Amino acid sequence: MIFSLIMQGNMSRKLHARRIEGIDKNIWVEFSQLAADYKAVNLGQGFPDFSPPHFIQEAFCKALNGGFSKHQYTRAFGHPNLVKILAKFFSRIVGREIDPMEDILVSVGAYQALFCTFQALIDEGDEVIIVEPFFDCYQPMVMMAGGTTCLLDLRLKEGCGPVLSSADWVLSPEELASKFSPRTKAIVINTPNNPLGKVYQQEELHMIADLCIKHDVICISDEVYEWLTYDGTKHVKIASLPGMWERTVTIGSAGKTFSATGWKVGWAMGPGHILKHLKTVHQNSVYHCATAAQEAVAVGFQREYDVFGTEGSYFQQLPKHLHEKRLRLADCLKSVGLKPVLPQGGYFMIADISNLNVDLADPSTKDEPYDYRFVKWLIKEKGLATIPVSAFFSPEHKDEFQKYIRFCFVKNGMFCSYF
Amino acid sequence: AYKYLNSLCYKMASIKHKNTKRIEGLDKNVWVAFTSVAADPSIVNLGQGYPDIPPPSYVKEGLAQAAMVDRLNQYTRGFGHPTLVKALSKVYGKVYDRQLDPFKEILVTVGGYGSLFSTMQALVEEGDEVIIIEPFFDCYVPMVKMAGGKPVLIPLRLVGYVSSADWVLDQEELASKFNSKTKAIIINTPNNPIGKIFSRSELQAIADLCIKHDTLCISDEVYEWLVYKGHEHVKIATLPGMWDRTITIGSAGKTFSVTGWKLGWSIGPEHLIKHLQTVMQNSLYTCPTPLQEAVGQGLLRDFELMGKPDCYFTSLALELEGKRDRMAAMLRQTGMTPVVPEGGYFMIADVTALNQDLSHMGDDEPYDYKFVKWMIKEKKLASIPVTAFVGEDSVKQFEKYIRLCFIKQESTLDAAEAILKSWNKD
Repeated sequence: MIFSLIMQGNMSRKLHARRIEGIDKNIWVEFSQLAADYKAVNLGQGFPDFSPPHFIQEAFCKALNGGFSKHQYTRAFGHPNLVKILAKFFSRIVGREIDPMEDILVSVGAYQALFCTFQALIDEGDEVIIVEPFFDCYQPMVMMAGGTTCLLDLRLKEGCGPVLSSADWVLSPEELASKFSPRTKAIVINTPNNPLGKVYQQEELHMIADLCIKHDVICISDEVYEWLTYDGTKHVKIASLPGMWERTVTIGSAGKTFSATGWKVGWAMGPGHILKHLKTVHQNSVYHCATAAQEAVAVGFQREYDVFGTEGSYFQQLPKHLHEKRLRLADCLKSVGLKPVLPQGGYFMIADISNLNVDLADPSTKDEPYDYRFVKWLIKEKGLATIPVSAFFSPEHKDEFQKYIRFCFVKNGMFCSYF
Repeated sequence: AYKYLNSLCYKMASIKHKNTKRIEGLDKNVWVAFTSVAADPSIVNLGQGYPDIPPPSYVKEGLAQAAMVDRLNQYTRGFGHPTLVKALSKVYGKVYDRQLDPFKEILVTVGGYGSLFSTMQALVEEGDEVIIIEPFFDCYVPMVKMAGGKPVLIPLRLVGYVSSADWVLDQEELASKFNSKTKAIIINTPNNPIGKIFSRSELQAIADLCIKHDTLCISDEVYEWLVYKGHEHVKIATLPGMWDRTITIGSAGKTFSVTGWKLGWSIGPEHLIKHLQTVMQNSLYTCPTPLQEAVGQGLLRDFELMGKPDCYFTSLALELEGKRDRMAAMLRQTGMTPVVPEGGYFMIADVTALNQDLSHMGDDEPYDYKFVKWMIKEKKLASIPVTAFVGEDSVKQFEKYIRLCFIKQESTLDAAEAILKSWNKD
């Protein structure tokens, strides 16, 4: 019997590595498929339904017609034109001289920058503090690296008005301090935050910075939505606070910066002594990133460097455009009985669905959290795709946050027509 | 005292911010060292493996067209853009002569490199041994180590002097490398750097051992279309009993001469590919969309022409065969002994007969590293030392060989020829 099994070519032993245990489910795979199957209007996954700005598309065309070298391998840690302009651009913002060759790693999207960071710095036994709600990949990446996640929730502060804003969700200083232990290797912050849209204020970042310095902890700062802040809210880079550059890895995304998520160009920026470890992971995993896309992003950043702070800057125009979209979506949601949380930044808005009394009689979803069931009902019955917010909480805390769903408003469509 | 404490604190901070165990010792890399040296435009670069010939125009056009479509500038399906995976299942369905499920049996990755990584991370862990045949594409060993596995090396051995076919595995030696801890064997055919194409019987011998010991086979076939006259590329996954235990890796970069697009793929049974997909969704999630669309369109175009001379898969091999023969002749003229490859775009050459005295360069590097550095400096010609592709124990066997890349324009080959012709005139 065993002989014939072997002769058939079936393997009898356990095949997969332990590092991928428990991380095989993925919300994007699940919900994108469902949205596609039902041809739903997609306000779920975070990507624009409009084109990247003209100058960036032009830059890409120029790059791909720019001679054979644009189609062959470039420098593994980042195309020279790109790392040089990124260094120049961000040196001006962070207020220090950033070395393009030592302090920057270009990656396949911010996603891969996160991956390199965790693989480079998190060993078995290391604790990583993650603030909930969090972009869903942080926890599985920590797990895959053998680390333990230590969760800390943003909480609705006391005495909020009837109109909620992402600013109403805050960290408790005592709770934050209590999460730091001798085993804490890193803390992950995401500002502007996905899914809430919270933009951490100076004081909040100082509070986190003080603890990082006190406990000698690395800060991983996911700032992919850094250019998208509204109502005059200012984005602050934690790496620019005293004592923080030498312990912070800041992550950015060309996809979110230039509305070209499908290009998958991102970066990690930080002190050379930390970045070198990310580079080791990179050279042993993907090694290079696509050349032409990097060249185009470099041209885009050079243009933005030249017009920075002026009306012509895409980094001014896009948030201005989305500012209105955000308000329009909030009005539409209110008109159908949902309670939106107005985001200070980012691509997304969450809304409280508890006022709606929908009969979710779908036996296939009865064991799932309420928001998952609601989202599936909305896709199947109303042709509208969103994302359940409990997906951004750890399995341990999912039950407490079942009443919100997330909308992406980086869309040109007329929101009210979807309802 | 404060300054001392401050600097002590900084030192302590540095200690805590050191690298993880998984990447210990993996920071060195032959490419990082040699590509910067060869970036000097006055040097004729036959080192790193990339074409200086343009990609086919329809592939570039495909990318330009894709970039004009709004949706194609945004995220696509994580495990592979539908146009691309469907095209891959068509092309490879024909090659394998089996129905390939585009969604369950194919994963698109960041180059062949990314497929190797996804495979190791998904399937190799501490306690696993992985057999690697020397000389090997240099990333195999560090990737196995990073996954916690133990590389077990076995060299190809020379039994003749003419072509890459003269490098073979000793069958008894091969069998002795397999044991109960062996998780996988990695094969690379056509092989980089030698250019060997494993014959059907050689692959059968490997397959028999895989089946006997119930191991996986990771088959790196990125140069699969670059097969020269008289030779046949055989896919080990098509041998009986092998489909269920093999991951086969391919590359758009090598297929369409667009190494800078960094797209590749893994093909295999669902029960293995699903684990690679798990790694993908937890590492970089998705590959660039417009590039995938363009590769998909390119594959569909060449699928219609498969078997005909104007199929790029065939025409590129024909073009390269001429370059291969030209390079072999140039090297022979100088006194080097080239190993004529059956496939791929590299050629290794034995430099022993040149009797180049390099004792002035010290003792701490193998001969080929010294020779390559000397040749860059003195002859302005870049190549790669072959011992970069072997383990310590095999250095003596391979240190008289250098690797040259011949997927270069005629003008580059002219420049190389000029250098080689005037070699003995100094």
